[in-house]
Amino acid sequence: MSAVTCQGLVKRFQQGDQTIYGLDHVDLSVAEGGFLCLSGPSGSGKTTLLNAIGGLDKPDQGSITIAGCCIDALSKGQLADMRLSNIGFVFQAYNLIPVLSARENVEFVMQVQGLSASERRQAADDILREVGLQGLEDRRPAQLSGGQQQRVAVARAIVSKPALVLADEPTANLDSHTAEQLMNLFVELNVKHKVTFIIATHDTRVMEYAKRLIRMVDGKIVEDEIR
Amino acid sequence: MMPVSPFKLSGVLWVLAWRNLWRNYRRTLIMLTAIAVGVWAMIFLTAMMRGMVDDMVRGSTSTLLGHVQLHHPQYRDDPNIVNSMPPPSTSLQQALNSESVVAWTTRVRVPAVISSERETTGITLVGIDPESERPLSFIAHKITEGRYLESPNDRGVILGKRLVDKLETRLGKRVVLMSQDPDNNVVDRGFRVVGIYRSDPSMIEEQFAFVGRTTAQGFLHMGEQISEVEVLGSDYRQAKSLAVPLRQTANNETVPIEVLSWTEIDRYLGSMLPMMDGFVLVWIIVVFTALSFGLVNTLAMAVFERVREIGLMQALGMKPQAIMLQVLFESIFLLVIGLVIGNLSAWLTILPLQSGIDISVVAQGLEMGGMSSMLYPSLQIEDMILATVVVLLLGMGASLLPAWRAARLDPIKALTKH
Ligand SMILES: Nc1ncnc2c1ncn2[C@@H]1O[C@H](COP(=O)(O)OP(=O)(O)O)[C@@H](O)[C@H]1O
Ligand SMILES: [Mg+2]
Repeated sequence: MSAVTCQGLVKRFQQGDQTIYGLDHVDLSVAEGGFLCLSGPSGSGKTTLLNAIGGLDKPDQGSITIAGCCIDALSKGQLADMRLSNIGFVFQAYNLIPVLSARENVEFVMQVQGLSASERRQAADDILREVGLQGLEDRRPAQLSGGQQQRVAVARAIVSKPALVLADEPTANLDSHTAEQLMNLFVELNVKHKVTFIIATHDTRVMEYAKRLIRMVDGKIVEDEIR
Repeated sequence: MMPVSPFKLSGVLWVLAWRNLWRNYRRTLIMLTAIAVGVWAMIFLTAMMRGMVDDMVRGSTSTLLGHVQLHHPQYRDDPNIVNSMPPPSTSLQQALNSESVVAWTTRVRVPAVISSERETTGITLVGIDPESERPLSFIAHKITEGRYLESPNDRGVILGKRLVDKLETRLGKRVVLMSQDPDNNVVDRGFRVVGIYRSDPSMIEEQFAFVGRTTAQGFLHMGEQISEVEVLGSDYRQAKSLAVPLRQTANNETVPIEVLSWTEIDRYLGSMLPMMDGFVLVWIIVVFTALSFGLVNTLAMAVFERVREIGLMQALGMKPQAIMLQVLFESIFLLVIGLVIGNLSAWLTILPLQSGIDISVVAQGLEMGGMSSMLYPSLQIEDMILATVVVLLLGMGASLLPAWRAARLDPIKALTKH
């Protein structure tokens, strides 16, 4: 079964009197356990596609199925539940809740999922160590560098081992060493836990890890390379 | 995995609400001050108004009204001597000596004419038992010249200062009291003025002349008959329930006896109490309405500033209801802290005023309404509870609007907002 199926996705944006196609009839099927990179120039629709798959933004046309479940007709609350139980997100920017510490940010999703305090704390501290933030657990986002914040966001996205991780430019603020660490972590999760990854990036270092590389231009898929 | 109900999430929601509250601490402090001042104003003014009503009621109940009165059924229509009643029977005395009765006394109270050497005027003649009268009415405590009556057989009369002036008489002089006996014969008798009283309000001074009860019964040819029994309970608000057992006992008496609480005797004054309750509620709601604008605005601002975070939380799988709860929790924090400060400061400001506030500057006008020149604020726990409940419930109601708006935010718009 495929983890994600998109059929005929269209998303239009109005900019002045111009209509822009964020997504222009996108068909895509991502296998379970896939490791897919979305590449393409800025403005090519990568973020728009991730948001549509995550149920954050409704496409104007087309249909999306996540883990065998069609999300087109789900309500806001149902979409929230779907994200909670299936998807880990890493956004391009503004990832963390400012009033919560790094640990609390990581715990947040597990808290919403209803895990016990001890489980949460253990899992949060483990994952923060894995992303190299040991000792910074109690810092608030404002007390962390951009790269550190991004790693907290990654930790939060993968801590509850979701079936699917959607990451938007996850390495944008990271030095190459940390970026490599992060990608190794992604690969490990992908291999060990069969977590499906869809990563939007224009970082060539990231693309090297991809099992499948898709190139988008103007909201269309122009290349689809399986390696 | 089972989706978690937003209520189980309340732990993290409370934490978020609390920390968010202090992000813009200046705005929070301003709002807290507004709520506290509003609540203070609700309670303080209510205590003042209650104090005024207390004063009016106490003034009246101590002016020969008491909490409960027993009379002949026709006495109130016609306080003539023929509408008198026998003194309380043994069973009635038993009821009158019960726990809930603080004091009781019997009186003769009939219309009469008083004459000095120079003037004649109509008054109400009140025959009292000086000892049992003491806790019930003002008279024992307001003698300014001469003495109080010594026994029911005392042969003197006590007059008000204004009546003494009107009659152009003075302490030690004799006056003549004239009335009717039960057979409609005119009876009169001379009394020496043994005491002069002052009262608040002073018009009372022209109305009542006090003599010994037995003396009055003798010269009016009444035998043992009396005009009324007056009963005092511990709280004027409880007068109605005080009357109930007395009425039951009185119904079994051989003669008909009417038992009424002060609210039934002085209906105008009695209506003050429910009217006050209405006023208090209206006042609380008016102040709240002013507050609610600030509250809704504060929350709306807080939501507006956090649009992105709210989007993020939704993107992470937090449901709209949970977002709504988070805003409501923030509102609860504001309201509860404001209420605690408001209630405390009201209590602390009223406490030192318990010994009374001198309002004699404005008292000239107020005395007409039956009030004295001292105001004793009356802090009622019920009023504090009412203010608290109204502010809390209506406050949460008003917060629903910004909370609902936050829940309806579109996560993607919120996240991409720059
Ligand atoms: N909310 C929006 N309103 C208007 N235009 C938008 C909006 N979101 C995206 N777009 C446009 O859609 C196109 C695709 O954007 P995006 O998916 O963010 O590209 P990428 O992530 O590949 O850089 C761009 O031209 C962008 O300007
Ligand atoms: Mg993008």
